[in-house]
Amino acid sequence: MFLKEYIKEVYSAVKSLLVGMRRTGYYFTHHKEIITQQYPDNRATLHLPERFKGEVVMPHDNNNEHRCTGCTACELACPNGTIKVVTKFDVTPEGKKKKAVDKLVYHLELCTMCNLCVEACPSDAIKMAQTFEHSVYDRNMLTKILNNPGSKIMEGVE
Amino acid sequence: MWSLSEIAHTIHEWLNTTFNSTLATLIEMVVAGIAVISLFALLGLVLVIMERKVSAWIQIRLGPNRVGPKGMLQSMADTLKLLVKEGLTPNGADQFLFNLAPFIAMIVAMLLMAPIAFAKDFQLWDLNIGVLYVSAVSSIMVISILMAGWSSNNKYSLMGAMRSGAQIVSYELSAGLSLLSIVVLTGSLQVSEIIQSQSNGWWIFKGHIPAIISFVIFMIAVTAETNRAPFDLAEAESELTAGFHTEYSGMKFALFFLAEYVNVFIVCAIGATVFLGGWMPFHIGSWEGFNHIMDFIPSSIWFFGKTFFLIFMIMWFRWTFPRLRIDQLLNLEWKYLLPISMVNILLMTAIAILGWHF
Amino acid sequence: MVETIGNTAEGNMIINVGPQHPATHGVLHLVITINGETIQKVEPHLGYIHRSIEKMCESLTYRQFIYVTSRMDYLSAHINNHACALCVEKGLQIEVPTRAQYIRVIMDELTRIASHELWWGAMAMDLGAFTPFFHAFRERESINDIMEETCGARLTMNYMVPGGVMQDIHPDFQRKVKAFIQQFKSKFSEYNEMVTGNIIFQNRMKQVGVLSAEDAISYGCSGPAARGSGVSCDIRKIYPYEIYNTLEFEEVLETGGDSFARYMVRLNEMHQSIKIIEQLIDNIPEGDFQAKTKAVLKLPKGEFYQRVETARGELGVYIVSEGGTTPYRIKFRSPGFSNLSVLDHIARGSKLGDLVAMMGTLDLVIPDIDR
Repeated sequence: MFLKEYIKEVYSAVKSLLVGMRRTGYYFTHHKEIITQQYPDNRATLHLPERFKGEVVMPHDNNNEHRCTGCTACELACPNGTIKVVTKFDVTPEGKKKKAVDKLVYHLELCTMCNLCVEACPSDAIKMAQTFEHSVYDRNMLTKILNNPGSKIMEGVE
Repeated sequence: MWSLSEIAHTIHEWLNTTFNSTLATLIEMVVAGIAVISLFALLGLVLVIMERKVSAWIQIRLGPNRVGPKGMLQSMADTLKLLVKEGLTPNGADQFLFNLAPFIAMIVAMLLMAPIAFAKDFQLWDLNIGVLYVSAVSSIMVISILMAGWSSNNKYSLMGAMRSGAQIVSYELSAGLSLLSIVVLTGSLQVSEIIQSQSNGWWIFKGHIPAIISFVIFMIAVTAETNRAPFDLAEAESELTAGFHTEYSGMKFALFFLAEYVNVFIVCAIGATVFLGGWMPFHIGSWEGFNHIMDFIPSSIWFFGKTFFLIFMIMWFRWTFPRLRIDQLLNLEWKYLLPISMVNILLMTAIAILGWHF
Repeated sequence: MVETIGNTAEGNMIINVGPQHPATHGVLHLVITINGETIQKVEPHLGYIHRSIEKMCESLTYRQFIYVTSRMDYLSAHINNHACALCVEKGLQIEVPTRAQYIRVIMDELTRIASHELWWGAMAMDLGAFTPFFHAFRERESINDIMEETCGARLTMNYMVPGGVMQDIHPDFQRKVKAFIQQFKSKFSEYNEMVTGNIIFQNRMKQVGVLSAEDAISYGCSGPAARGSGVSCDIRKIYPYEIYNTLEFEEVLETGGDSFARYMVRLNEMHQSIKIIEQLIDNIPEGDFQAKTKAVLKLPKGEFYQRVETARGELGVYIVSEGGTTPYRIKFRSPGFSNLSVLDHIARGSKLGDLVAMMGTLDLVIPDIDR
C-alpha cells in the first residue's frame, strides 16, 4: 500500500538520522575520547620511537672521537646529494698517509630521511636522530657539518 | 527581585519624569537600538565559540583553548582579526550592491529581534501579528544572499545564491505551516498571547503528536532557512568553495557570518516561543507546588535556556549529517515536509475544534 | 587549448573547479561545462604537480629510486615501494626471505587500511559531513604510530628495499597491530552509524555516477573503482605476488557500479585487509628480514614488469635495463590516471554536487595521476 510504504520510508529515514545523532551525541558528552595532543605543551612527555628518522647525526664519544672513515659510501648511497664527504690525509704514527674525514657536510634541507646512508655506512658512523623541530630563520643553518671540530676517528675502526 | 522587565520599567519611568514624552520615546528607541546591537555582538561571540566547542567535542578534538580562560575569548580574537582585514571588492563586481548586501543581511536580522520576548514583559514590540511579521521579514534574507551572489560576478557565488533562493522560498512554506498549526491552537498571532496560552503547559506537550510533528518540521525548515548544514547548499564549501560569500573578506564577510548566527538565534527563539513556551517556566497542569518552584527560576533564564537548547540541536545536526543535493533538498520539501505539514495542520485544526488539546 | 572562462556558444557556463578547490584534494584542475546545476562536460587538466618522477628515476640507482616512488601515491607509499622492490628483485632473481615477505604483506595491508581510512573521512567531508574525517584519523593515527615505530616514518617510509625490508620489525609491532585490530573492530560499527546508514548519505551515493562493467574495462579502471562495477581485477588474486596465494581472503565485488558500490567495496576491503593481517600477524616466521644482496645492484639487460594492487588499483612498474646501475627507462602505470579518465563519462548529466561525490569515490590522489 502506498501510504504504508511512505510512512515506512519516513520512519527508516528518521531512524537512520537519529542513529547518527546518537553517535555524535555520545562523543559530545564523552570528553575522555578526545585524542588531541597539545603539542608544544607536551614536549616533556612526547615520546618518539627510537627508529624515527629526524635527521642524520654522527655520534661522538667522550674523547670527541667518531667512527667515520671517510669512505664516502653514504655520499654514494644518497639519492639527493644531501651528504658531501670532504676528506683529508692524516699522517699515522708510522709515518704513513691515511685517508680520513675532514668534514662531513650534511644538507638537511635536501634530506628526505630515506635512511639509505645509514644503511650504507660500513662502520656505523652515522645514525638517525629523533629531533624534528628543524625550523630555522636562515637556510644556511640547515647545512650542517656532522663531525665535531677537532674530532678524530676512533681507535680500531677501519 | 531584579528582573529585566523591572529594569526596563524603571528606565522608562525615569526618562518620562526627566524629559518630555517625545524625547523620552526617542531616547528609549536609541537605548533599544544600542541594546539590540550589543546583543548582536554578544550573540555572535557566544555562538561562534559555542559552535566551535560543540564541533570540537563531537569531532573528538579540544577546540579553541588558548585565548582567555578555556579559550572562551577566541571569538574576540577572531573578530579583531576580521576587523583589521582588508575588505576587498572585486574589480568586476557591482560595487554598490556588493557592499550593500551584508548590511541588508544584518538589518533583516535586527528587524527580526523586535517581536521576541526575551523575558516576562520584556519585549521591544509586542505587535498583534508577531508570528506573521517574523515569517514575512525573514524571507527578506534571501534578497541579501541573491544580491551578494549576483553582484560578486563570480560563478560560484551566483550558483550559491540561486540555490539559496530556491531553498529559502520552498522552506518558508513548511516553516510557516508548522507555526500556523500552533496559531490554530492559540487563536492569536501575538507573541505575548502565544506565551500566555502556555502558562499551564507548553504546546509541544499540550498539542499531542501533531505538535511534535510540527516542531520537528519547524526545526528542519528553519535549519534550511538559515542555510545551515545539512542544508548549507548556498555555501557548500566542497562544491562551491564558499557559495554566495566567496568574494567577501574582512568585516563584510564577518557581517554575513554574524547574520547567519543571529538568524539561527532568532529562529530558535521563535521555535522556543511558539513550541516551548518562550519565557514561560515549565508548568504541569494543576501541580501548584511544582509550578511555584519552577517560577523561582527567572524568566530570562527559561527563555535563553530553551533557545540555546534548540541552537545546540541545530549545531548537532550540522556536525552529524552530510549535505543534501539540490534536487533532493527540494524533493524533501515538496514531497515530504509540505504534505506532512498540510495533513498535520488539518489534524491540528480538528484537535482545536474538538478541544482535545489540554 | 580549452576555453576556461566565460560561457559556451550554447549558453552553458564554464566553471573551473581547481586547481585550488576544496573538493579536488590537491591541484587537480577540472574545467566543467555546466547548464544550471547539470554537468555537460568535465575536462581534467593535469600537470600542476608534475615532478617528472619517471625521468628522475633514470638517474638514480636501483636502491635509490625506490624512495621517490613514495611521493607518487603518498597514501599507499609502502605498496609503491613494494612494487619497485619486487620489480628489481625480479630482474636480479633474488629470493626474498619468508619473514620479509610476511612483513611486507602486513605492511601493505596496514597501508591499505590507512589509505581507505583517509579516503573514508575525506569522502564524507566532500559530502559535507566533517565529523567522520576526525574519527577516521583516530584509527589512521594508530596505523601511523605502528609505521613510525617500525619504519621510522609516518607517511613516506622507504621501508622496502630490494631483497627484503630495511629493518626488522620492532619488538612491539605484533602487540600494537593486534591492539589496532581490536580498535578497528570496535570502532567500525560507528562508521556505519555515522555515514553508511545515513539516509542523506545513501541518497547522495546511490544511482550516482554509474559506471558499467564494460566501460570500466574499456577505460582501464582498476581497483575499487572497477570492482564496484563487478569487474574482477584484484592483482592479489589474479597475479599473486609474495605470499598472497597462500592467504585466505575474498576479492570484494559489488555490481551496482554507482558511487555507493565503490564506497562499499572500500569499506569491505578494510575488513579483508584485517583478515589478512590476522592470518599473518601471529605466524611471522623467524629468519632474515633481508636477503644478502650486492652493494651495487645491476639489473641484467632486458625489460621487467611488475604489478601490484595499491589502495587505488593496479600499479605497474616497468623497468628497461641496459645492464647498468641505473635504469634506462622507467614507466609507472598509475591507477589514478585511468580512474580519473572515467570521470567525464560518469559525471555527464548529473548534478554539480554529485561530481564531488564521484571524485570522492574514485579516490583520486593527484600526485599519483601527475607523477
